[in-house]
Amino acid sequence: MEALLAIAIGLLTACGVFLMLRPRTFSLVLGLTLLSYAVNLFLFAGGRLKMDAPPLIRDGANYTDPLPQALVLTAIVIGFGMTAYLVMLALRALAESGDDNVDAKEKS
Amino acid sequence: MDPTFSLIAILVIALTASPLPLLMQRFGRGHAALATVLVMSACLALLLPLVPAVMNGTTLLASFSWLPDWGLALSFRLDGLGLMFSLLILGIGLLVTLYAYYYLDGHDHLGRFYTLLLLFMSSMLGVVLSENLLLLVVFWELTSLSSFLLISYKRESYESRLAARIALAVTGGGGLALFAGVLLLGHIVGSFELTQVLAAGEQIRAHALYEIMLILVLLGVFTKSAQFPFHFWLPQAMAAPTPVSAYLHSATMVKAGVFLLARLYPALAGSDLWFWLVSGTGALTLLYAAYLAFYRYDFKGLLAYSTISHLGLITLLFGLDTPLSVVAGVFHIINHAIFKASLFMAAGIVDHECGTRDMRRVNGLFKFMPITATLAIVAAGSMAGVPLLNGFLSKEMFFAETVGHPVFDEMSWLLPAFATLAGILAVAYSSRFIHDVFFNGDPVNLPRKPHEPPRWMRAPVEVLVAMCLLVGIFPQWSIAPILNVAAGAVLQQPLPAFHLAIWHGFNAPFMMSLLALAGGIGLYVMRKPLYAFYDRLPTIHASIVFERAYENLVTFARTLLAGLDNGSLQRYLALFFAFVLALGGWAWWSAPSAAPAVVTQTADAASLVALGMLMLAAFGVVSQHRKRLTAIVFTSVIGLIVALIFVRFSAPDLALTQLVVEVVSIVLLLLALYYLPPTSPAEEDLPRIVRDALLALTAGVGLGAASYVLLTTPFETISGFYLAQAVPGGGGSNVVNVILVDFRGFDTLGEITVLAMVGLAAHALLDQLILKAPTHDSEGRHWARERHPLFLEMLMRPLLPLALMVSIYIFLRGHNLPGGGFVAGLVTGVALILQYLASGIGFASARLPQRLPLFLAAGLACAGGIGAASSLLGFPFLTTAHGHLTLPLLGDIELASALIFDLGVYLVVVSVVLMVLADLGKLSVHEGVKS
Repeated sequence: MEALLAIAIGLLTACGVFLMLRPRTFSLVLGLTLLSYAVNLFLFAGGRLKMDAPPLIRDGANYTDPLPQALVLTAIVIGFGMTAYLVMLALRALAESGDDNVDAKEKS
Repeated sequence: MDPTFSLIAILVIALTASPLPLLMQRFGRGHAALATVLVMSACLALLLPLVPAVMNGTTLLASFSWLPDWGLALSFRLDGLGLMFSLLILGIGLLVTLYAYYYLDGHDHLGRFYTLLLLFMSSMLGVVLSENLLLLVVFWELTSLSSFLLISYKRESYESRLAARIALAVTGGGGLALFAGVLLLGHIVGSFELTQVLAAGEQIRAHALYEIMLILVLLGVFTKSAQFPFHFWLPQAMAAPTPVSAYLHSATMVKAGVFLLARLYPALAGSDLWFWLVSGTGALTLLYAAYLAFYRYDFKGLLAYSTISHLGLITLLFGLDTPLSVVAGVFHIINHAIFKASLFMAAGIVDHECGTRDMRRVNGLFKFMPITATLAIVAAGSMAGVPLLNGFLSKEMFFAETVGHPVFDEMSWLLPAFATLAGILAVAYSSRFIHDVFFNGDPVNLPRKPHEPPRWMRAPVEVLVAMCLLVGIFPQWSIAPILNVAAGAVLQQPLPAFHLAIWHGFNAPFMMSLLALAGGIGLYVMRKPLYAFYDRLPTIHASIVFERAYENLVTFARTLLAGLDNGSLQRYLALFFAFVLALGGWAWWSAPSAAPAVVTQTADAASLVALGMLMLAAFGVVSQHRKRLTAIVFTSVIGLIVALIFVRFSAPDLALTQLVVEVVSIVLLLLALYYLPPTSPAEEDLPRIVRDALLALTAGVGLGAASYVLLTTPFETISGFYLAQAVPGGGGSNVVNVILVDFRGFDTLGEITVLAMVGLAAHALLDQLILKAPTHDSEGRHWARERHPLFLEMLMRPLLPLALMVSIYIFLRGHNLPGGGFVAGLVTGVALILQYLASGIGFASARLPQRLPLFLAAGLACAGGIGAASSLLGFPFLTTAHGHLTLPLLGDIELASALIFDLGVYLVVVSVVLMVLADLGKLSVHEGVKS
């Protein structure tokens, strides 16, 4: 199971990085989203994998590590904030330059 | 008046009154000059009452604490050395003020000149009166800066600006070295106060850092005093107006270097390294600059090189490191200041009257200006070391010190021979100055007919030349008292016995003087073949070398910058990833080998299927990323699988959050896609794709491998505290939520602040933005005529209260069960956005609150306020309280003050989602109105 998650993380990272290196803003947003998934999962993996052990205090239950979960929860929301900001930026750039290329161009 | 008060007042007046001439300028040139004279006289008037005490050997100290932790204090000191320098600075300053009034003609902005002069004078006074070494360095740098402004006074001339830049680069750079040296010195002694530093000579010389400290301090000294190989800035600085040269290169700027040599003499001298470095540099400079001075055609240039040479002589005297050589060094500082100031002024008069400084054209001026010529001849005689003039006395002392110096007992002839050679060259270049300018035929093709200058322009020269004679003929009576206290202050010990007199009998020094005079004149007589020889030598222009080096540096920096910063985000990202991967690889291979892998979970069929779908979806995104809508669909599949992973591994809160964020993100992307081009053009070449694929693969393999190692390494959780304290301490059984709103509430407060900023930024970015929305979809079909389908509209309206109720439920239970402010806020946000989508912006905005930033602020205030409330009650910020509340219908509810914090989170999240998405939605309204 650990190997499966590691493969998933690696795959998402690779796809995310590749898309981030594309020249259009939209691909960049997609790539960043994928990379966020990967990083969130990686952080989550810091608490190791435990099934049926949610960190909800009950009698006699065992719990998985709540700390990485708290970290990842905020990371997900911040990730959304960043995606949103990037989308705004992309739209603004489109309006200013008439183009959705990520690279600055000399004004001709 | 209290002496310490006067001491401080001198500097305060000098510094604060510097702008006075600039202000007085409007009333005319005369007022500006008068203001300058007044400021200098005020300083002098404050200084003179202190003279008797200092002459009795007292050291006046005045100190105010400034930055005591860093050892920086506003402390000042007046002893013999400081007094001697202050008198020189103020006295020659007054003469230069008078002289400049006539030298700079009516077109010049005299107010600016005098203000800069005063500023420079104040910083020089600061250098010589500082007791604290750090303070001294501050004033030292001020002299570099103000001399930069003075040298570039003729700012319209390229030559002046270049000269000023060279001077600043050299002396300012040396100042940095000095700063480092002084910091080391303070570290060695444990104090930056001179009194302590001067008393700690033994301790300093024994310290392991002594060598490096000495070299750093000497770098500062040598650059300032234009010692070889840093001498080149000084001749360049001759581009400044002559009054500036007369001031900077006689009594002040360049003397700051040798002043420091004298000031720190008891602390630094007395080692072999000192002897070889200081005397070696001094000797080399003395000879080399004298040699070059002899070959100048420009008489101001000749004076410049002779200045360097004399500074070399003073440095050499301090380097010889015997008590008498130090006395001679101090003496020569005074003498050189007097005769060189008068020489520069005389040269300035000649330049002013003739309009050129070329000695091939300026000849035979004795006929035209006999008085000025006589004055200049006397001063030049002093420079050459002619008896009955002050230069002779210190030169004799120098010669006497070279004879029988203890270090050279094997080759005792070497040092005297060297000194005589330097003396010969000094006589030669002085002869050249006298003979070429004032005799040697007639002037050649001068722009104007020279005559005597205005009466008062010559007066400063007369005063100085009179002093040359006075000191030269009656040394014991005129200069001995101040020389004694100054040398005493340098040595910090009883003075050796010495006698200032013109006649010491036919001894070795006198013979050397005679030899130098005869040899120098002889050398000058044979000048023609020597000049011819020199002219064949290749010449190096320091300014060209400097300028080329400077330009190379700038070009290099530009190339480097252009190479890195070409405006391509793709380039930056690729470089960034490559760099991070290199760092990661380095960490991976240099890390200790991982513990043996422990696999705790076995893979099952469901997980394999999920991974398979994830792979398909990821492949789909990458392969279809140009068809953007398709890519979004694949992305949402990945998001859902990630949520499933969270569910599977006991993270219900994460799964909920991921799910709702996924919905919001997809709506966001779809809205954005409405404006963005629906497809990306294929525009990339293969090498680029291969490069990116390699980077991506490496990153993927790297993070995957790291994850695998992480997952299979046993670990000990640090969350025991949170698990144990969630219920008793935080009043909630959902540990993740309790961590967010209670244990780590401060982090969350920071996080929602970031979110709030995103909301505001969205507002700012999208406000007034006009985008052209396409009228067709990507396949060229018109959008549906019905913008808001009735079915969707009707279905969504009853959904809103339901969704709101769900979100309230999720919010309230969040402390104990999966849920909380984040998730509830996102759910509410989605519910409201659905109304926008279904019924249109007009319908929704009429019914929904419009002042979203207010809600944002309210949320932040809620979260911050509840934290502040606990501070008011005397608990640390963000302390929570909790208790039980029984409500009808709902039953027992555990109510914690953290709930209010969570409410703040909720409000912020809702506002941000609405701000971002509604603002995007509003763009389409603009378009609709337009079309």
